[in-house]
Amino acid sequence: MASPPLASSPRREGLAPSGAGSSEPLPRRRPVLPLVLALVVLLVGSVVCGVALGAVSVPFPDVLRFLRAALTGGVIEPADVPQYQIVWQIRLPRVLLAVVVGAGLSAVGVASQALVRNALADPFVLGVSSGAAVGATSVITMGVFASFGIHALSVAAFLGALLATGVVYLAARSPRGLTPLRLVLTGTAMAHGFTAISTILVFFAAHGEAARSAMFWSFGSLGGATWQSLPVAAVVVVLGVGYLLVSARRLNALAMGDETAATLGVDATRMRRELFVVSAAMTGVLVAVSGAVGFVGLMLPHLTRMVVGADHRRVLAVAPLAGGCLLIWVDLAARTLVPPEELPLGVLTAAFGVPLFVVLMRRRGYVFGGR
Amino acid sequence: MDVELEDLSVTVAGRRLVEDLRMEVPSGTVVGLVGPNGSGKSTTLRCVYRALRPTAGRVLLGGDDVVALSPREAARRLGALTQDSHVEFDFTVAEVVTMGRSPHKNLMDPDTDQDREICAAALRRVGAAHLAGRSFLTLSGGERQRVLIARALAQQPAVLVLDEPTNHLDIRHQLEVLSLVRQAGLTVLAALHDLNLAAAACDRLYVLSGGRVVTSGAPEEVLTPEVVAEVFGVRAHVVAHPTSGAPQLIFDSPVPPTSS
Repeated sequence: MASPPLASSPRREGLAPSGAGSSEPLPRRRPVLPLVLALVVLLVGSVVCGVALGAVSVPFPDVLRFLRAALTGGVIEPADVPQYQIVWQIRLPRVLLAVVVGAGLSAVGVASQALVRNALADPFVLGVSSGAAVGATSVITMGVFASFGIHALSVAAFLGALLATGVVYLAARSPRGLTPLRLVLTGTAMAHGFTAISTILVFFAAHGEAARSAMFWSFGSLGGATWQSLPVAAVVVVLGVGYLLVSARRLNALAMGDETAATLGVDATRMRRELFVVSAAMTGVLVAVSGAVGFVGLMLPHLTRMVVGADHRRVLAVAPLAGGCLLIWVDLAARTLVPPEELPLGVLTAAFGVPLFVVLMRRRGYVFGGR
Repeated sequence: MDVELEDLSVTVAGRRLVEDLRMEVPSGTVVGLVGPNGSGKSTTLRCVYRALRPTAGRVLLGGDDVVALSPREAARRLGALTQDSHVEFDFTVAEVVTMGRSPHKNLMDPDTDQDREICAAALRRVGAAHLAGRSFLTLSGGERQRVLIARALAQQPAVLVLDEPTNHLDIRHQLEVLSLVRQAGLTVLAALHDLNLAAAACDRLYVLSGGRVVTSGAPEEVLTPEVVAEVFGVRAHVVAHPTSGAPQLIFDSPVPPTSS
């Protein structure tokens, strides 16, 4: 702007495309599509690697042959049956669950951070995982829900998550809707309460192994993956990510503040209620099938923003794919590093994630949350 | 498009923030709200840009009750600069301005070249074209304010609501922002702290005190020593601006508490 033209005629110039003088085009960010395609390729490659590698390595050509046979109804030689079963019955559901959980946690992480407008938020900020832990711990220490058999843990964890969600929602509700600060405070406070209940359950448990099991569960594992547990989780994650993708513009508006969102045509109260339900449902299901895998939901959103910027349309296209890839490799490490033991996933996501995170953050002058 | 407030009242937690406000902002005019802190300026504006639901009364936007309009339809008619501009994420300036296009977009619509041209024009308008690639969070207060105004302009609204648009701006940018607001030819309703700027920039002023309209009219009718003493508790002299003729205040001293 050259000089302040205070006294000139106050008439409409309009902001039509033909608009004012020297046109300096709005800088476009690099398109995100190549990155998305690269990640899809990487994801498929990672799935094959995740299936081939492990305590017993299966040669890649055999993996592809088995997968083709399973999908198209081919014939398996009797000598190949043990390896085929490892690939089809054990590894593939587990690797696919890794994709679902990694993608889901990354997407919910993005949603949670927009929901409470806080860069420190993760999928567990609403107390969902702590509630799920109470359910899981009840099964481990007291054997409740025994009638559900091997699904008892998942069912109990999901019910715990549901209960926690309901309690947090009711406690955080106010005449002004779900305000970000109330949500964070309520979620955090409730998480402490639920953790106390879990701790008491473990403390008074009849057998000592319970403490170890409960702790292992709370750090997350994909060891329980089966073809039965996969579809529900996959459907919820696909629907959830789809909802978030079509809501990406509204998420941008919400990130600018409730009042600004209102001026941009977004009802912040309603949006936040929708986000709360979607985040809670996704987190509840994911925690039920894999325990509370930490750090992915906090780290992946930020890693993604460091690379593609904060626009939710770009973040939500990239973060789930990257999260899926990451968790395949983390799970591979979890089951191969110290055989025959399995390491908890949360330990490894932190071990891989923290250094990567610090390096990327320092390299790129990334601005965290505001100031 | 005109704006009309009909007997607007807002009660929050038993406290009457504004009471029975009647205001008219004719199409294409710039109307200012002035008043001391807590007089209800922001509350009034928040009802207009739909961040707050009035307890009683209505806000009419082009004849339609804003509460009855869909959020997106309202956002196509009215853009606003709000007071809450705390941002938690590292958006670029271009991304922030592009958000102004969202009321015009359906779920999965991409940004078109036309959208980008509108946003670029809005940034040029506020003299912030050179900031487009910068991170919004690294901007100074004044730069942020101008970018947020550009976002409101990118909405291509007929009505612009501005809550303290000159906050954080140095004097040059204050004058520039107000002149660009006038030139945009929109219907403007703005809360302004600075009475001299308000007098220079507005066609009409409403003086608020304790949530009520004390007086209204052209700046020279409204900004009298008596009104300023009564409403703001300050003694002032009024002189005409040497070139524009707008009333300008020279402040003397606070009115002693006993006499108010």
